[in-house]
Amino acid sequence: MKALYRIQAIVSKELIQLKRDRMTFGMVIMIPLIQLMLFGFAINTNIRDIPVGVIDQSQTALSRVLVQTVRATQVVKFTQHFYDIESANAAIARGEVRAVLVIPEDVAQRLVRHQAVGLGSPPSTDEETSRPVAQWIVDGSDTMIAAAIKGLRNMPLTELLRLPSNRSTPTFEVALFYNPEQRTVVNIVPGLVGVILTMTMIMFTSAAIVRERERGNLEMLITTPIRSMELMLGKIIPYMFIGMLQVTIILGIGYSLFNVPINGSLAQLFGATLLFIMASLTLGLVISTIAKNQLQSMQMTIFVLLPSILLSGFMFPYEGMPIEAQYIAEALPATHFMRLVRGVILRDVDIIDMSYDVSWLAIFTVIGLIIASLRFKKNLE
Amino acid sequence: MSDTVIRATQLCRHFGSLKAIQNLNFEVERGQIYGFLGPNGCGKTTAIRMLTGLLLPTSGEVEVLGLTLPRDAEKLRLKMGYMTQKFSLYDDLTVKENLQFIAKIYGLSRHEQRSRINELLSTYGLDQRAGQLAGSMSGGQKQRLGLAAATIHKPELLFLDEPTSAVDPENRRDFWEKLFDLSDQGTSIIVSTHYMDEAERCHKLAILETGIKRADGSPDELMRNMGAHVVEVESNNLRQLKQQLTALPEVITAAQLGSRLRVLVSDSCIDPIVFLAQHESLDKQQLHIVRPSLEDVFVTCTGKGRQ
Repeated sequence: MKALYRIQAIVSKELIQLKRDRMTFGMVIMIPLIQLMLFGFAINTNIRDIPVGVIDQSQTALSRVLVQTVRATQVVKFTQHFYDIESANAAIARGEVRAVLVIPEDVAQRLVRHQAVGLGSPPSTDEETSRPVAQWIVDGSDTMIAAAIKGLRNMPLTELLRLPSNRSTPTFEVALFYNPEQRTVVNIVPGLVGVILTMTMIMFTSAAIVRERERGNLEMLITTPIRSMELMLGKIIPYMFIGMLQVTIILGIGYSLFNVPINGSLAQLFGATLLFIMASLTLGLVISTIAKNQLQSMQMTIFVLLPSILLSGFMFPYEGMPIEAQYIAEALPATHFMRLVRGVILRDVDIIDMSYDVSWLAIFTVIGLIIASLRFKKNLE
Repeated sequence: MSDTVIRATQLCRHFGSLKAIQNLNFEVERGQIYGFLGPNGCGKTTAIRMLTGLLLPTSGEVEVLGLTLPRDAEKLRLKMGYMTQKFSLYDDLTVKENLQFIAKIYGLSRHEQRSRINELLSTYGLDQRAGQLAGSMSGGQKQRLGLAAATIHKPELLFLDEPTSAVDPENRRDFWEKLFDLSDQGTSIIVSTHYMDEAERCHKLAILETGIKRADGSPDELMRNMGAHVVEVESNNLRQLKQQLTALPEVITAAQLGSRLRVLVSDSCIDPIVFLAQHESLDKQQLHIVRPSLEDVFVTCTGKGRQ
């Protein structure tokens, strides 16, 4: 009873301080707003309008139509003409264009014999008939751009000759669930909840104990009857509400502005988010008991934040990472939350069915609280 | 229960190779105001932190209010108040919010809280400023707030670490009035200071230098037993006279006070007036024996170990 009373004292003190600290309070609202706008509009993995050049050695009507057909895919945008390979290579090296389409002199000849055109001649293994129509020289250093251009390798050429397209039957039928339009933002917004919470929650609490120490309040606090665990709980409870407020902002805007649906139940979402918020807050508290000043606590926050963005599955699929990186990712609360939140929001999964991630976050929180309480000594040794 | 509230025996504290406190022995009785007097860095704060359980002694024993430290440090928390050297309440909370926070931490009920806070606000002259942010107050006001917060739970024992270092003399006087009120009500108070006038108000004090207790007792005892005569010399050429006097082995120190020179002569010489008159061919009219001050005590018992 006395313990609850003391926790409540810390909570209300934190809330008053937060209310007076306009800057921090502004950040609570502005960080999710601005980041959501930035990432929601900016991040797009469907690449379009890559700047490319062309070397047209044939200079015929056909080659010009070929260029227009390629342009019509919207994958690339022709910005420059070159007359020799050297100047094209130099332009790629300078980064002016990402690729160059080389159309050979005999493009017409190659085209009519090309099997994709399907002029009736039987497929042949003959060297001459199996030659490609033209060549792409690509700056392959960016794998996403290279992949986008590689995607053009088998583009249909039937339109070129005003033939009806005779679509071949694909080997596999693909049914896209949950995000049939393949909009990147559908995957980004739920992930952003994890990134923003990691950032703000760890940042706020990592400064919590350090700030009291820097301002000299801690020397007074440790001579009072408050216990470590009470202080720790009192420090994280106000931020749980802040975290929920941020989640509401992100998902609300995601829904209204970017049309990201919330397929799962709100209660499930609430449960998963609360678990993650508590895990992040206790991680911040542990940092706070290690750091000597606010600068150090900020550095440690960044140290956790970067892998949380890059390894958690927010940017790149978890499955694509080498096994060692997966181990590191497993240790981060953000990874487990990414799975949970995407599961609930996009796939309407029951978090009970994802008990591995749920229990991992819960255990992380409990252990973190214990470590922080043990590390926080009520003396000046 | 005995009337001794603090008993320290052979207390030592080392920080690496630095010996902050060496073999400190002392006792404090109930209701006493006990002072630690010493220059900066002499170990006053370290001593207080060990008595409050914030620092562990390297060796030696401390018993505070019948509790053995550091084992019973948590039990002591409810019975003691501690006012740190630097203002340690929250600058971004108002006076009243600060007191409410501390009251809740000490577990005062809602009713007790209200009456106790109102009582403290009027006792310490803060009722006009209850809604003001603590950070925007003057040094004297902050210090009164600090004392109010430290006594909110009516502790038996109060530790004050250089409470008046940021306060003007008038505020310091008022502050001490409050301390005597508390002492009168039975609160024992430990105070550290480097001001002589403040030390002189203590019932009993210990003079600390480089972690060693040089002397202790009531200010009167200390002055009586300091082992030196105090002579004031009125003369011209005081700077030169000072040089000559301090060269004599019987003279402990000499300090100029405006147009007079205050000379401490060891009590190994029976009649300091005659002694000084002979040595420096001064007229006896120019020499007066005066009452020793605490500063004289401080100077005679320290300085030997100073580098």
